Amino acid sequence: MKSAAILFAIFASCSVAQPQQIVVGSKRFTESYVLGEIAKTALQNAGFTVEHKQGMGGTIILWQALRGGEIALYPEYTGTITEEILKTKHPLSTDRMRALLRQEGIGMTGELGFNNTYALVMRRDRAAKLGISKISDLRNHPELNIGVTHEFLDRQDGWVPLTTRYGLQMHNVRGIDHALGYAALATGSIDLKDAYSTDAKIAENDLIVLDDDLHFFPQYKAVFLYRLDMESRAVATMEKLVGTLDEARMRRLNSEAERTKNYALAAALYFGQKPISPSNDLFGKIGRWTLRHLELVGASLFLGIIVGIPLGIRASRPGQVSNFILATSGVVQTIPSLALLALLVPLPFFGISPVTAIFALFLYSLLPIVRNTATGLQDIPTAVRESAAALGLEPHAQLWKVFLPLASRTILAGVKTSAIIDVGTATLAALIGVGGLGEPIISGLNLNDYSTILQGAIPAALLALLVQFFFDGLDRIFVPKGLRLKE
Amino acid sequence: MIELESVSKRFGATIALYETDLCIDAGRTTVLIGPSGCGKSTILRLIIGLLEPTTGTIRIEGQRVSESSVLALRRRIGYVIQEGGLFAHLTAAQNVLLMAKHLNQPARQMQTRLRELCELTHFPENALTRYPVELSGGQRQRVSLMRALMLQPNVLLLDEPLGALDPMVRARLQDELKEIFQRLQQTIVLVTHDMAEAGFFANVIVLLNEGRVVQSGTLDDLRSRPASTFVRDFLHAQRGLAAI
Repeated sequence: MKSAAILFAIFASCSVAQPQQIVVGSKRFTESYVLGEIAKTALQNAGFTVEHKQGMGGTIILWQALRGGEIALYPEYTGTITEEILKTKHPLSTDRMRALLRQEGIGMTGELGFNNTYALVMRRDRAAKLGISKISDLRNHPELNIGVTHEFLDRQDGWVPLTTRYGLQMHNVRGIDHALGYAALATGSIDLKDAYSTDAKIAENDLIVLDDDLHFFPQYKAVFLYRLDMESRAVATMEKLVGTLDEARMRRLNSEAERTKNYALAAALYFGQKPISPSNDLFGKIGRWTLRHLELVGASLFLGIIVGIPLGIRASRPGQVSNFILATSGVVQTIPSLALLALLVPLPFFGISPVTAIFALFLYSLLPIVRNTATGLQDIPTAVRESAAALGLEPHAQLWKVFLPLASRTILAGVKTSAIIDVGTATLAALIGVGGLGEPIISGLNLNDYSTILQGAIPAALLALLVQFFFDGLDRIFVPKGLRLKE
Repeated sequence: MIELESVSKRFGATIALYETDLCIDAGRTTVLIGPSGCGKSTILRLIIGLLEPTTGTIRIEGQRVSESSVLALRRRIGYVIQEGGLFAHLTAAQNVLLMAKHLNQPARQMQTRLRELCELTHFPENALTRYPVELSGGQRQRVSLMRALMLQPNVLLLDEPLGALDPMVRARLQDELKEIFQRLQQTIVLVTHDMAEAGFFANVIVLLNEGRVVQSGTLDDLRSRPASTFVRDFLHAQRGLAAI
């Protein structure tokens, strides 16, 4: 009887279709994190298995991830959809927007309620002293130091068209990270920055929003974008959120999230539930980040070695092919890591996954290994080379028994350089939601919270030192004794 | 016996060796001599297949040196160069035994041979575990010679083997080397630019200049019947010959 029950249970569990996991994405700022958590909780409450990839990047990365299917939905703003995704200059009706998105296989929920438009903010005391209250007042103060986010600087609804509309000619404008910008504003190193109208920092830092007296900024109503192939029950769940979040409520949630550094908690506030107690075990968290970090570095370095050394061996021979190999691995090195990640994410097979991060890190690890292998082999004196050949060793035996051991120290130094570069660069993997020690660094930057940054930065620095020591130890194992003796 | 038939070597526009016919006798010591760039080292490197001749063929004991035969031929030829060409990552013993181990020779046989060679070259057995950086210049050349002789080659090629040594060590090694040559009774080709050294070792001297063989014969032949003024001048330029 008992065994029959077990059998029944097994059959039952097999026959019930396992609901597919839904992946929610979010951009790299508090409100997006919170909205992502709200979506996650809503879907979980409806019985779905949900994963939230926090702070994956900017609009382009999220949009590509959504279209590529790495994520099923993410929070977006109507203004961004019009200007950045659909790339039109004129406001679109909701229906028109839906129709255009449908062509890309993407659906859009109704508006959640609040309008998070761009705003220009200044310190209240500074603005009062200069007599500035609206954007057109800036015309009289071209000397102000402006620090706006890189995204705002480049956007079609950003800084440049804004200055055209208002006829502003500001002398000192530079791009600065959003969170760092608040710190710069507080210390007075910049006078004005861009912000979002629901930004919790506005109240916290006693800033004022300059009046958009020429109505330049478009509407940024929050919505969720989702893949049309998402289950209809999940879509219905998301539609239930429509119209439930006004500016005041959103600002409160944002403020709560920033105060507690806990997005799940803020989302729970929205639902009026008690949050599932998050793990407060700092060492456990650092341990997990470090482990993930080491996975990324280890996997990419391993690939770097098994690909880089053969390439280096080939590149040690004179000729065009060698020049090509060295030039290519050199060029790869010059691509900014952020740009490389952004380029890889939309490609098939990559997307928002550890594979992308590992591949990017692998590309960065190539040059030092390839170059050092090639140089190490080329530096072997002709006399030694010819002696190995004259003994009657086959070419591959010359390589394995003589040339590679003689070049081992240089090759190992290349691997060490790659490892240290990888440990540093792997922190950027967090930008595409892959985790590692970059996770606390990025969220700390977004929250302007130094202690969180240090939770990632200190272990990362220690890890780099450790890698250094580790390779110094490997020197004793891999470099033959005869090469370590001083003449 | 080593035969060069119409062998020449050209590097781009430079001719290192003009068409040359040369026959090197088995079981004797032949010395190639001449000023720098005369082509003497080129001949040695052609014989061991480090260079491919532009024209002509080379035969060692009747077998033609070619891409397919070169590995087997090299294993029957010992080659010693000026700087020794020792592998810095291996001890003296490992340098000597490298090729034998690669060919999976029995350990006992290798150890016996190693001891024989130490005795032959007067190399102290307790220095076998040292690395090249820990050896003196003379010791390095002994190790290089042992390595060349390990597989009991039929032919021994030496390219200025004593060139990098100071005069005292050089003189002592010359004596020892001559004794070794006499014991081996092998085909030996030695390259040098020092006429005294050539006279000391050679059964046959081959004098080269600017990529051509100018004269070959014994030291007496060259001295009493110089083929050209160059031969006379070259011999004259080397002081102290009268002592030999």
